[in-house]
Amino acid sequence: MNRFHSMIGQTAAAAVVAFGLVGGAAAQSTIKIGMVQPLTGAFAAAGTDVVNGAKIAVDEINAKGGVIGEKLELVIEDTKSNPTEAASVTEKLVVRDKVTVLMGASSSTATLAVMPKLMEYKVPMLVETSSSSKITTAGNPYIFRIAPPSEVEAAVFAKIVNKIGIKKADFLVVNNDWGRGTADEFTKVLKEKGISVGLVERMDQGAQDMNAQLTKLKGSGADTLFVTTAVEQLSLVLKQAAALGFNVRIITTGGSQNPDQLITNVGKAADGSWHLAFFAPWAPDATPSPAATKAFVAEWNKRGLPYGSLTSSFRGYDGIRAIAEAIKIAGKAEPEAIREAFWKVNILGLNGPIKFEKDGPKGQESGQSMPNVYLVKIENGKVVVPKI
Amino acid sequence: MAEFLQHLVNALVLGGTYALLGIGLTLIFGIMRIVNFTHGELFAFGAYFVYLFAMLLGFNFFIAFAIAVVGGCLLGAAIEFILLRPLRGADIETTMLVTIGAWIIMQNTELLVWGGVAKAITTPFPETPLVIGAISVSPLRVFVLVIALVLIGGTYALIHRTKLGMGMRATFQDSETAELMGLNIRGIYTATFSIGSGLAAAAGALLGPVFLAAPTMGDLASLKAFAIVILGGLGNITGATIGGFLLAIIEELGAGYISSGYRDAMGFLIIIAVLLVKPTGLFARAERIG
Repeated sequence: MNRFHSMIGQTAAAAVVAFGLVGGAAAQSTIKIGMVQPLTGAFAAAGTDVVNGAKIAVDEINAKGGVIGEKLELVIEDTKSNPTEAASVTEKLVVRDKVTVLMGASSSTATLAVMPKLMEYKVPMLVETSSSSKITTAGNPYIFRIAPPSEVEAAVFAKIVNKIGIKKADFLVVNNDWGRGTADEFTKVLKEKGISVGLVERMDQGAQDMNAQLTKLKGSGADTLFVTTAVEQLSLVLKQAAALGFNVRIITTGGSQNPDQLITNVGKAADGSWHLAFFAPWAPDATPSPAATKAFVAEWNKRGLPYGSLTSSFRGYDGIRAIAEAIKIAGKAEPEAIREAFWKVNILGLNGPIKFEKDGPKGQESGQSMPNVYLVKIENGKVVVPKI
Repeated sequence: MAEFLQHLVNALVLGGTYALLGIGLTLIFGIMRIVNFTHGELFAFGAYFVYLFAMLLGFNFFIAFAIAVVGGCLLGAAIEFILLRPLRGADIETTMLVTIGAWIIMQNTELLVWGGVAKAITTPFPETPLVIGAISVSPLRVFVLVIALVLIGGTYALIHRTKLGMGMRATFQDSETAELMGLNIRGIYTATFSIGSGLAAAAGALLGPVFLAAPTMGDLASLKAFAIVILGGLGNITGATIGGFLLAIIEELGAGYISSGYRDAMGFLIIIAVLLVKPTGLFARAERIG
């Protein structure tokens, strides 16, 4: 019995020593980047894609020797698509994992919930997906966003709106900061163009049955319906609209809607729908850096990841590259130095230049980069880039 | 008017599956006095079983559906046999905690096996809707309603026409007396939990293809099932059936005419109102025992 106990003791001691060494070695040679992403729940697809894109960037950078002589390491936490959870995992990443920079938090509402934590712990966060205008205008100097805010999307759309020929438009948006913000910004643009705006219907982020909203919208007589939500719910909206015999021109916004994934999920019901996308893997030569796009798509396919996810995964890739560049400029992996360095980042991402402009109240500005926006259409089960 | 009728048709289709969920839960509570938190996971299980057999293994959709229902019954029986049988006679809080634990384990297992991203299930039904006047409904939804009604009818027949059903009703009225009369209470408990779970799995297997299969889909289903049971009165099968359809109508009309953002809140507002005014449920009979 005694011998048995001492054996356990020895094994445990050896294990402690071994883990201690591994832990120590890891802490010495890596720069930790905290990922706050929804890997489960209503926005799971978008979060998972971003993480996969980020992993490609990290592997690429590490293969070239890392940044300032150290390897990058992702510490990934799941927000469960819940803003409360997003704030608490951010705290965990900063306090326990001691990450020096963060990327997140996909949904605008989650990002807004995380923002006070950034101020509290003085850690910068790169925002890769959230598009609510409130994020960069709140006066949080730790925010650097590469995703286009809703008003930029709306402004890009304004240039082509007359060519599509919209007379009256309705909205169906997810009931959070992203959805409501998009409805507000697009309504402004449409009204400026003399297009009347009818109903603005909302859906809960976890809702699966949108028949009530669609039935109401069907009776409104609008020729166009703007839909803003994540790919899961969007699939259901397209499916249910088709089942109701609701033939309206559907335009989706937000860039996380993965047209190819929609085709896989709903088949014919996706035909004729238009989508504002922030990356065009279907037409690499139309992207700002064709070679980089082709390399990213090739690596993505090599890893056996779903093609349809590229339109959201590129955000993770661009985000990590921007973070790595900031660390390089800072010369050290310290939160305040990285925050300062973000202002000097100037690289060409997969979706255009990443260079932060000041946004928000003076002295407390957040950084906002202005990427490209594309309008694509699904025709006969294929994504096409219409010439407008 | 056309819009109103369309709302009612939508509600009718959804109500059938809500009723299935409610009946399963109310059976288990009425007969076993167990507040069953695994119910929603059985719902998710049903959807994933259809996904596994129809989408991954290439079975016929209808066979996959049948397997999901039988699988739900077997899983329910296993849960009863392993977790709840040893706890017979324990107070309601103890069994509730055990089912909460089982719920968490099951949901995380689904997450581990299937990942967090929702899965779409395709069916052999055509996508073109059936159009009757101004009302459209997809053939899949008609199938869902028909099967739900058949299962509801089947459950009624089982309870009112079979020997097992008679045993279940006797246990419901007074389990001790029923046992003294020589009824195999253990068997009845296992059968009850198994049938209740099978109905939840059937609801999930029906709604999975209509919506998407996701690991967290059971949470809302569980909440709604509890809402339906409270609406209809604890242990009241007719109440659960009517409650299921009623909840669907409230949600649908609430979303259509009041506020679409609060669709899922509508039902719960009604529940609060019912609990304030008639805490035993809308359809509770005065003479009900137990």
